Amino acid sequence: MASAKPRVKVPKTAAKDEVITIKTLISHKMESGQRKDKEGNIIPQKIINKFSAEFNGTPVFEVDLEPAISANPYFEFSMKVPESGKITFTWVDDDGSTYTEEKSIEVTG
Amino acid sequence: MMKLMMAGAFATVAAAVFVTAAAAQDSANIGEQGLQTEPMELVIDDEKMMTRVKAPADSPFTELISGWEFRNPGTRKMELDDFDNPAFIWVEQGEELWSTVDGTEGKSCATCHEDASDSMKGVRAAFPKWDEAKGKPQAMEHQVNECRTERMGADAWKWESDQMLGMTAYVGLQSRGMPVQVEIDGPMQEWWQRGKDLYYQRVGQLDMSCANCHEDNYGKMIRADRLSQGQINGFPTYRLKWQKIGSLHRRFKGCMQNIRAVGYKRGSDEFTALELYVASRGQGLSVETPAVRQ
Amino acid sequence: MTFTRREAFGLGAGAAVFLATGLRLDPAVAAAEDAMKSVMDFAGGQEPAAGKVTLSAPEIAENGNTVPISVSVDSPMTADDYVASVMIVAAGNPRPGVATFKFSPMSGVAEASTRMRLAKTQKVIAVAKMNSGAVFMDSKEVKVTIGGCGG
Repeated sequence: MASAKPRVKVPKTAAKDEVITIKTLISHKMESGQRKDKEGNIIPQKIINKFSAEFNGTPVFEVDLEPAISANPYFEFSMKVPESGKITFTWVDDDGSTYTEEKSIEVTG
Repeated sequence: MMKLMMAGAFATVAAAVFVTAAAAQDSANIGEQGLQTEPMELVIDDEKMMTRVKAPADSPFTELISGWEFRNPGTRKMELDDFDNPAFIWVEQGEELWSTVDGTEGKSCATCHEDASDSMKGVRAAFPKWDEAKGKPQAMEHQVNECRTERMGADAWKWESDQMLGMTAYVGLQSRGMPVQVEIDGPMQEWWQRGKDLYYQRVGQLDMSCANCHEDNYGKMIRADRLSQGQINGFPTYRLKWQKIGSLHRRFKGCMQNIRAVGYKRGSDEFTALELYVASRGQGLSVETPAVRQ
Repeated sequence: MTFTRREAFGLGAGAAVFLATGLRLDPAVAAAEDAMKSVMDFAGGQEPAAGKVTLSAPEIAENGNTVPISVSVDSPMTADDYVASVMIVAAGNPRPGVATFKFSPMSGVAEASTRMRLAKTQKVIAVAKMNSGAVFMDSKEVKVTIGGCGG
């Protein structure tokens, strides 16, 4: 796929202090730097090297990725929801591009 | 001793790095027909897929079994939730393309077919389909390109392009859960027979036919891989090996390469006939498009 | 940690190979050495203890390109007592690093899953570091073989 496309799955609502499960996926080849092209030249590494999730600006979960993470990097993790707010997801590519996605979650009761 | 290996290295760490245990066994959770015994049902969005159905009287099988049943629990789980299934990256692209105008006629798929969840329901289950004007059966990819070139005035997509895979996955998804039901009578009879001949024809340096693995030996190991019945109800499918979604004809080519045979081209009459025949061997299994396999 | 006889033998053999090859000649041994070094660096001079951290991975991977793994750490995940990070290492890969998960008290529970690449049968190692600096380790052997007909 030409450009990386993020997907995230977050519940729309949660009870106060509920621990929710978040799933994220981004389309990316995760070129490992270990493969060779038809002429036998090493294909340079190009991976997503960092992923982070923040809630209203506070870090929740981060990952430093190496080329051993499979194509279309997938993460499942948890978050304790203190209040209604916004979760920001960021992926950083070796080429300097960043991809972001935002989801709101509302605390009900 | 460990001190010799690396200053400051601890035995626990060294043990974890260097020590390998005796070979793992997975025979414990494999039952009859090589199927996994860990209980799991293929239920997606509250809809139960028919992954095991009684075979019709003229089938070479007694039971038709989806490839999903032969996979290990981790792989099977990836198909249970559309978010865990990476094929949905392509499905979402297909959904966008459905209403994207392309070509000289100013049309998108939606111009004629409107809501895909309505108009495309059942389509995957019935392909390949007879095309009267062309005088031969068409795979879904042929049909998509016929629409693009003859009605939209757009360029044909390559068989294995992300656009084609996205579109066929998106259209196929609209039939998920419906039983495979391809037409094999009338003008299709001759093509079905051609597909059947190809299925049983031994080819390549290994001198093997499709049947040698997928009919005679399904459920058994071929090296580290467990052979399935070669059912095609989940295509296009996300393969862990490919790390992307791929077409059925790509899988056919892979099989032929494995037996050191000269493969046919994607979209060739041979592969279309074979697709028709293999689809007919799975009549009644639920469409799982887009499935997840190893 | 106590070694069975088989493990002790394996360990000895590993060490012997390590010494006999003159440290850097064999890429596999070099990768294992890198793995060990990165675990030691991460542990900050402490010997990782068993327990607390659990690594889940299939016994046999259906394809080494995409192997689902998850880690969980037994921790209250409060502001005073939480898991700071978990490093995953695959000593048999050409480059042993896989990923480092960084948790926070906002994580609620210290659990995470991903999908990884394994070049061959090997041990995957998870090392968890608590905010107190305490370090725990778990490992799982995952069998990886090429598929039918190499396909």
